Amino acid sequence: MNNFLILSIINETAYYIISGILTLCVMFGIFLMSKVEKAKIGNAISAFAVLIAVIVSLVMYDILPIWVIYVCLAIGGAIGLFLAYKVKMIEMPQLIALLNGFGGLASLIVGGYAYFGVGVVESYFSDITALIAVIIGSVTFIGSLVAAGKLHRVIPQKPITLKNHQLYLILFVSIILIFLVLSPFSLVNKTIIFLIILLTSMLFGLVFTIRIGGADMPIAISLLNSLSGVAGAITGLAILDVLLVSIGGIVGASGLLLTQIMCKAMNRSLFDILLGKSLVSNVKQETNEKLDSQKLDNQEEVTNRDVLDIVKETKSLIIVPGYGMAIAQAQHLLKQVGDYFVKSGATVKYAIHPVAGRMPGHMNVLLAEANVDYDDLYEMDDLNDEFASVDLTIVVGANDVLNPAARKAEGTPIYGMPILNVDKSKEIFIFNYDLKPGYSGVDNPLYSRKNGVHLFLGSAQDTLKEFLEEIK
Amino acid sequence: MIELILVGIFIISTVIGYFLIKNVPSLLYTPLMSGMNALSGITLIGALVALSISYQDSPTISIIAAGLAVIVATINVVGGFGVTNRMLKMFRKQDKTDE
Repeated sequence: MNNFLILSIINETAYYIISGILTLCVMFGIFLMSKVEKAKIGNAISAFAVLIAVIVSLVMYDILPIWVIYVCLAIGGAIGLFLAYKVKMIEMPQLIALLNGFGGLASLIVGGYAYFGVGVVESYFSDITALIAVIIGSVTFIGSLVAAGKLHRVIPQKPITLKNHQLYLILFVSIILIFLVLSPFSLVNKTIIFLIILLTSMLFGLVFTIRIGGADMPIAISLLNSLSGVAGAITGLAILDVLLVSIGGIVGASGLLLTQIMCKAMNRSLFDILLGKSLVSNVKQETNEKLDSQKLDNQEEVTNRDVLDIVKETKSLIIVPGYGMAIAQAQHLLKQVGDYFVKSGATVKYAIHPVAGRMPGHMNVLLAEANVDYDDLYEMDDLNDEFASVDLTIVVGANDVLNPAARKAEGTPIYGMPILNVDKSKEIFIFNYDLKPGYSGVDNPLYSRKNGVHLFLGSAQDTLKEFLEEIK
Repeated sequence: MIELILVGIFIISTVIGYFLIKNVPSLLYTPLMSGMNALSGITLIGALVALSISYQDSPTISIIAAGLAVIVATINVVGGFGVTNRMLKMFRKQDKTDE
């Protein structure tokens, strides 16, 4: 079977050169993504590179005439297109998790074939790498399915913790490692090793992700994204395909970088999340009193003014959208509110916290969908100094990301998390569903501030609509 | 030997990828991720080879598994690039968007 690898039409050197060029194309495509205007072209270049890679492989392995391939490609392509054009923007995280899982499944299967000598020159190296591809592929596959299920609310979003959760994970890892080490010494039957590793890795993926809660999803998705790339790269090592290796490496790096950024934005260490230290803690209210006494130092003079007066006099405005807005599907209404202020001559900026939404950059996509100009979307650090000087801040469906308790309330889960300085604003309109603490379970002292805070409670769909009617 | 070279390529592309992606603005993280996602479907190539090999002389189950790998990898690639394109199209400047 191995002579199948003897490359027919294109020789090996040519394949390396083509792979190198295609990798550079992909890198150039990613490079273009650093500018919004060029990003679409960048994506097209990457997609084109993959298409060429597929065609080159078909030619190189001389498998063009095998019709089954085209049937499978057509089925996959049709499903892929259907998913891509049907998905709602708010469901983007679960779609990406699902696609991630598919990538993991593909790596797992190809790794499995490689382990049994299909398409590889068998060696210890190919055996071990194939098994690692199976491991990472399985974890990615099951982990992503669980994440997608949680995001889609098929599985409860709450973290599920088993008794001795940690112990299970350690047990699974040990089993995997033992059989991985055992595999080169033909002590145990290959099929048995494969099945044990497959099952244990899948169990690991399952037990690992059911413990991750909704708000930690941005981190989980980034991490799984990284794993899917690594799985691809390791599969490439097993079947000695340079293109898989280089592109898998890039994807792995990307996911890792995003994971880091998300962790920083939530002030959580990756290690804590891997160990399943939950965001929800029991340290709750004790620190709030301390905060209450400090909170209004320089705001004592402000008397509560009429909402309409504030609106009339607003010349500069910052809007803080949160996941609550997305759940209420209120981004279009929010855009109307923003437009109203623009028409009356105010500057309007949107402040996006890095973890707003359920995956990195989710909020930007949701607002872009509502036709908000991307130039008006600002990162947290760009706007944090401006809150003190704007006339008005409007918060819609955001809580933890602007909770001042993060600065002072030591011991709470959000302590130390970088937040939007909404509390520095003179006037704040808050359109939240209720006054309950956010996901972190920490009360927001802003709600009890007496001056300059106007609460509009209820579904943002309704409250924003009423607000719009009132100001018009 | 080739194994070592490949491991080297893995490390180099990881490092280059890291620095390239560092320049992507947070505004585009979601499309970036879906694009990366699509790229991870490059395993499709391995799946194609596995399918074509098992197609020649393997039992049906083996063909089915490899076919499944090709299908899911294609979903990954096509879905990923498709949805990335769809999202990127939404990022527009105000003056062009009044439809």
